Amino acid sequence: MTKPITREQDLASLTGNNPLSMKAERLSLFYGNKSAFKDVSLEIKSGGITALIGPSGCGKTSFLTCLNRLAELTPSCKVSGRILLGNRDVQALNVISLRRQVGMLFQKPNPFPLSIFRNIEFPLREHGVRSREEIDRIVEDVLRNVGLWDEVKNRLKAPALSLSGGQQQRLCLARALALKPEVLLMDEPCSALDPISSAVVEDLITSLHGKYTVLVVTHNLAQARRIADEVALFWVADETGQLIESGPVAQVFESPQHAVTAAYINGRRG
Amino acid sequence: MSKNSPTPGQEDELQLTSTLKRAVTRSLPLWISSLQPAELLPTVILWAVATVVTGALLWLLSDVFWHGTGQISWEFLTTSPSNAGRDGGIAPIVVSTSLIVGVCMAVSVPLGLGTAVLLAEFASNSSGLGQLVRLSLDVLAGVPSIVFGLFGNAFFCKTLGLGFSILSGGLTLACMVLPILIRSTQEGFRAVPEDYRRCAAALGISRTAILWELLLPAAMPGVTVGLLLGLGRALSETAALIFTSGYVDRMPESLFDSGRALSIHIYDLAMNVSGGEPHAYATALVLVGFLVLINGTTSWLAERFRQSKIFVL
Repeated sequence: MTKPITREQDLASLTGNNPLSMKAERLSLFYGNKSAFKDVSLEIKSGGITALIGPSGCGKTSFLTCLNRLAELTPSCKVSGRILLGNRDVQALNVISLRRQVGMLFQKPNPFPLSIFRNIEFPLREHGVRSREEIDRIVEDVLRNVGLWDEVKNRLKAPALSLSGGQQQRLCLARALALKPEVLLMDEPCSALDPISSAVVEDLITSLHGKYTVLVVTHNLAQARRIADEVALFWVADETGQLIESGPVAQVFESPQHAVTAAYINGRRG
Repeated sequence: MSKNSPTPGQEDELQLTSTLKRAVTRSLPLWISSLQPAELLPTVILWAVATVVTGALLWLLSDVFWHGTGQISWEFLTTSPSNAGRDGGIAPIVVSTSLIVGVCMAVSVPLGLGTAVLLAEFASNSSGLGQLVRLSLDVLAGVPSIVFGLFGNAFFCKTLGLGFSILSGGLTLACMVLPILIRSTQEGFRAVPEDYRRCAAALGISRTAILWELLLPAAMPGVTVGLLLGLGRALSETAALIFTSGYVDRMPESLFDSGRALSIHIYDLAMNVSGGEPHAYATALVLVGFLVLINGTTSWLAERFRQSKIFVL
């Protein structure tokens, strides 16, 4: 159900009470002449965790990169349709401020080759946070949020690349959280991690519930079921990715409306 | 007894070979003894090739050292040449060379970095303009220096009216150095993982900041290689400078004066002045020292810039 977002709500969301939702309307993406996905309409509910599932190559990641307009970096890429952040078209927003509001976590942990501290400070400064005390406070806050503070507080000047894979991914999450985003896009955030780190990151994602609007791509159906409120299944049909079914997690997993969904979640296809 | 087990006679033989092997193994360095026989020949060939190359270079350098060291003195470095260079020193020539290289670098580094950034970060690989520029640069990098000299003479000396001057020479060298500098800087940028760019873009960081804080430091090894190759080419250039900066061996008073570069001085002493050889060797030694000094400083500065920005693991 979509409610028009009032200005009051919009402002409230900026203080973190009620994060903005996102909505894709008839979104299609082409790489040159090849269609990655077609006619996807999907609402990502405010404060919820939405999981995108589906086999490889069905356009999940491409879909994700449209939402923060990262797809525009690929020269041959053409996007049609409309994406709303709250009630505003993302094309009408300044791309820098859009990406501040819509953070992203990549599949492979990708901290910058800077110190742990600088990894969070650099984007903050770029977005106009200059005061030393404020930066220190935010760095500590977000590192605590991702459970990394006690592990790194004595070596904030150490290279971020010396952290373990799981720690790196948590640092990347902290870096994204430092910008106080409304929405977080995650592209298989656990798939490059060992099972224990993966469980830690998964718990972190769960802890974001209600505070951020989360859209997470995952290949792990059990994970989708554990962490998500809503699920959307992408599938390749007619040589392009399509949204087959979406809805609350219980509904999609227990009484799927579509035969392909039923087959996929039961492990018979995909 | 299974059919694979050795007979008593063969056992002795095996023992003998293994004893032999052990003896040989002990007498050779570990890395050779651990090689398979099939790897031995290629290894020897590779090492021989490397030795020949290094040897040739060492020979050349030691020759220059051998003949040049005796001539070098404080006086040689601080006085003007006299008697066509047979006597006196090379002070004005060192100054002219520094000025020519200075002009060359002051022009080519900003232009080169700018073009490389444009080609690597802003022009897509498939765009027509990008491809055209890349192709032109590769062609230019292979053009003989005498052609650059003629171009410099026609354009800088005559068309722009700069005459035979340090400025003309420096600018001509800049034209020669640019293709090398641009191409290797561009390779440096290309070696930076695409992840940094996407990730920084996803954080809403502006392209200028990404460039300055991450990409340029990470691409620094490529930039350094370009600078060193370029500097080497500029310092050792003779043909292009004869037509542009000329070979007046007086102390230059401004960039518009003609000035003789070290390499031209060497050429002149070795080819045109009988009895000039001792000072030719000494000048060559100074040139080599100059090159080592500039290269060392450049690498050090580049590395410091890189490490002040990013961690290198």
